[in-house]
Amino acid sequence: MFQCLAKQFCALLLSVLTGAAFAAQDDQPIDVVASFSILADMVKQVGGSDVRVYSLVGPDSDSHVFNPTPNDAKALAKADLVVINGLGFEGWMKRLVQASGFKGPVVVASAGVETLEQEEDHHGHDHGKDHDKHDHDDGHEGKVDPHAWQDLRNARIYVANIRDALVKLRPENRDMIEQRAQSYIQEMEMLDAKLRSEFSSIPAERRKAIVSHDAFGYLAHAYDIDLIPVQGWTTGREASAADIAKLIRLIRDGKVHAYFVENMSDPRVLQRIASESGALPGGKLYSDALSAPGTEADTYLKMYEVNARRILDALNK
Amino acid sequence: MIDFFWMPFVEFGFMQRALVACIALGLASGPIGVLLVMRRMSLAGDAISHAVLPGAAIGYLVAGMSFWVMGLAAFITAMLVAVLASVVSTYTSQREDASMAAFYLIALALGVAIISAHGSNVDLIHLLFGSVLAVDGPGLLLVASACSIALIVLAVIWRALLAGSFDPLFVALHGRSGKWANQLFMVTVVLTFVACFQTLGTLMAVGLFMLPATAARFWVRDITRTCILASVMAMLSGYMGLLVSYHVGLPSGPAIVLTAGVIYLLSLLAGKRDSLLAQKLRVRRHKSS
Repeated sequence: MFQCLAKQFCALLLSVLTGAAFAAQDDQPIDVVASFSILADMVKQVGGSDVRVYSLVGPDSDSHVFNPTPNDAKALAKADLVVINGLGFEGWMKRLVQASGFKGPVVVASAGVETLEQEEDHHGHDHGKDHDKHDHDDGHEGKVDPHAWQDLRNARIYVANIRDALVKLRPENRDMIEQRAQSYIQEMEMLDAKLRSEFSSIPAERRKAIVSHDAFGYLAHAYDIDLIPVQGWTTGREASAADIAKLIRLIRDGKVHAYFVENMSDPRVLQRIASESGALPGGKLYSDALSAPGTEADTYLKMYEVNARRILDALNK
Repeated sequence: MIDFFWMPFVEFGFMQRALVACIALGLASGPIGVLLVMRRMSLAGDAISHAVLPGAAIGYLVAGMSFWVMGLAAFITAMLVAVLASVVSTYTSQREDASMAAFYLIALALGVAIISAHGSNVDLIHLLFGSVLAVDGPGLLLVASACSIALIVLAVIWRALLAGSFDPLFVALHGRSGKWANQLFMVTVVLTFVACFQTLGTLMAVGLFMLPATAARFWVRDITRTCILASVMAMLSGYMGLLVSYHVGLPSGPAIVLTAGVIYLLSLLAGKRDSLLAQKLRVRRHKSS
């Protein structure tokens, strides 16, 4: 406490000596605008008190159908840094950034991750190596799966990208930022190792489940399980009778044991499938958004563990 | 053959329920659709689908994601819009569709404002409106009851309604019952539409109400027959659309409405009355005689 006060006093003294304007600018946290809640949390973890984060798409909201408000444009206009996922996830972002007049740096958090291709059938595990689709921001064109944060190995790259961007803006705080990023990455590595060993103990014939939105390709790939989507690709798409009949047959044949409802898509279609086929509900999975602050999945790491835990429980049942 | 046309409905419960819902909706859609077309209110369904928004938003704020509260509140606001529009057109010289447009736009703006003011990005409409593939027992019961009530009410006020549809002035001059019939008709329309929105979705409900009604007018003149033909077309579209969705893999709502659309286009081209082909034939007959 005393040390802290002393430090502040010194800083005050310094600011008086070096000119108030300069110091005020330095004490100001970096204003960061993140496109959705998961990125916002990562920025908070790395930036700590050095950042003030504004998330365009809030918790429990769907990033696929986002309507910006004037407040969003205002936040963008006065931001120092914008963090987006890239890979065509935020199709609306480019226009919003242009409209707001933001001129600062835009960090693509997914830069450098190994991307997966989205498959119609989603039964194999091929992965195209489509690196760095920076300019790929106009909706979900192409077949690159944008939900790269659903693999903890990719999340480490996200953190590194965010760290580098923050350091560039505040070189004088380099040590603190790097230290926070380092311990955050360590947490991710520990969780990843723990989950990996638990997933590896599941027998091969029990590795299939149904999800309501095709956002878990990376998670399935990371732990070698099969998550079959009902809606597929974006939440904007409606399922056909053929899709649903196929899923019911899969469950009836005993190939799939559990199904999951996401935190934002329409649960009714899944409920029908379940009541008709007798699959067990595995609970909520979080794909594109964290849950509200104070609830079970309000940070990225909590979200990841909740998801993985639910899948593990359902597959082990 | 039977495998192709019938087995999907035997094997899967969701296909059965979807088909039954289409048939229930089809029964009511004939008379309601035809009457709406005759009264130049073909866009009433779309207006109602927007008018439910403020109700849904308020219901959501009060009770959270409760289907019943949101549905009831949605029904109340839609009803308010329809009744206000109908009252305004009765007591002023404004046409009913114009006042309907005015009130539904106010309702829509109000709904968007309420949702945005509370900062929630939840897509209420997406959650409120159902899908034909996700119809469950209670949903089926809701559609079936709404359509049955609609048929009974229409049977009772049928004469007054027809008089009003052909000659509004006559009704305006002679007696109150015509005005009451008009109000009651709008209430029935809102009830059936909102029930169908919540179980089957807007596109599907509006599509199956309006497309067969317009298509049937290309074939027969008599109003009762038009209603029956429209109902049959609606049910047929439902059945064929579901088959297409099952075998080709198209989303069911659009598949059903597209089937109804194809029937409409065929009627437009080759219907017996007033279609493009019929007009051409008549012109030729005139020339040769």
